[in-house]
Amino acid sequence: MRPDRSEAYPLHRREVVQSLLAERGDMLVVAGLGAPAWDVTAAGDTPLNFPLWGAMGGAVPLGLGLALAQPSRRVLVITGDGEMLMGIGSLATVALQAPGNLAIVVLDNERYGETGMQATHNAAETDLAAVAAASGIPVSGVIRNETELVAALPQIHDGKGPVFFNIKIRAETLPLVLPPKDGELLGDRFRRALSESDRQS
Amino acid sequence: MTVSADKSWPDEIFQTILRHDIRQVAYVPDAGHSRLIDRCLENADLVTVPLTTEEEGVALLAGAWLGGDRGLLLMQSSGVGNCINMFSLTRVCRLPLLILVTMRGESGEFNPWQVPMGQNTAALLTTAGIEPSVVDDSQDLARTVDRVAQSVFEKRTAAAVLISQRILGVKSFEE
Repeated sequence: MRPDRSEAYPLHRREVVQSLLAERGDMLVVAGLGAPAWDVTAAGDTPLNFPLWGAMGGAVPLGLGLALAQPSRRVLVITGDGEMLMGIGSLATVALQAPGNLAIVVLDNERYGETGMQATHNAAETDLAAVAAASGIPVSGVIRNETELVAALPQIHDGKGPVFFNIKIRAETLPLVLPPKDGELLGDRFRRALSESDRQS
Repeated sequence: MTVSADKSWPDEIFQTILRHDIRQVAYVPDAGHSRLIDRCLENADLVTVPLTTEEEGVALLAGAWLGGDRGLLLMQSSGVGNCINMFSLTRVCRLPLLILVTMRGESGEFNPWQVPMGQNTAALLTTAGIEPSVVDDSQDLARTVDRVAQSVFEKRTAAAVLISQRILGVKSFEE
């Protein structure tokens, strides 16, 4: 384990997510539990976000079900490395369905942020982008700096999916920006906003 | 333990799920579900999704519902244990969830490793907020699935139909 190296990574999670969502258009966003949900909310709480407060390991399969139901809409899953590790098999499930409209981004600080910043397996030799590629996801890569992030944004927003990027981010503890925690409200407002935007388009 | 002579029940279930406008079918394979899975895979109007583990299906169908699709989750009784934490998503968001469970580990089970989950499937589902309906006569299966599906999608509830080994037959390693 190299538990300290991520403290020096140049990319900051809130800025990364701000970049991912700055021109989101009518994109549907699923956020994995913990800091990714706070990051997505810090970029703007909107009904077309579905932030999870639990269901660890479920962000990618939830995004897959959404992408299969809404093939004309871009679906972006933003989750953490610990959450991705818990649902790692879902990358094979995504590869098999191969939805062209699904992008998955992992914010990888090599830590379990909500439980005391303990090292994840990624702090050692585990390479999530390699796992995604070996699972059969056709576009997969690692992003380590601003240049690589800017270069990958078109693929994340519009590239033929499924697309997977593991973004190495600095291990840092930031102020909480919490979305609503009422799951029924989150689901209902998402469905309502989706059907309203479908009617307008 | 007798094996039901009527083997058409998977086709009847298939017609029932089509009537309920189900579009996404997620499954971990089980011998008891094999005919129904084949019917689903053959149908181009359905999106049929093999899973690596059952809890993926709970999350997948949550996403399906957010996107406007109705779903069905197929698994063996051992898979119910894999889903327990993911059922919190179903419960907290009050999502509709329809599960068909083929039973192992009931009386007469050949493999003792199936017994801990099989003997507790209905109780665990109940504890997790998923209402179980046990069916042990193939004549009752399609109408039970129909009734449960109606409740799930009209009242936004979570429920499972448990298909007994009395219908499926007991797996033997000597056949």
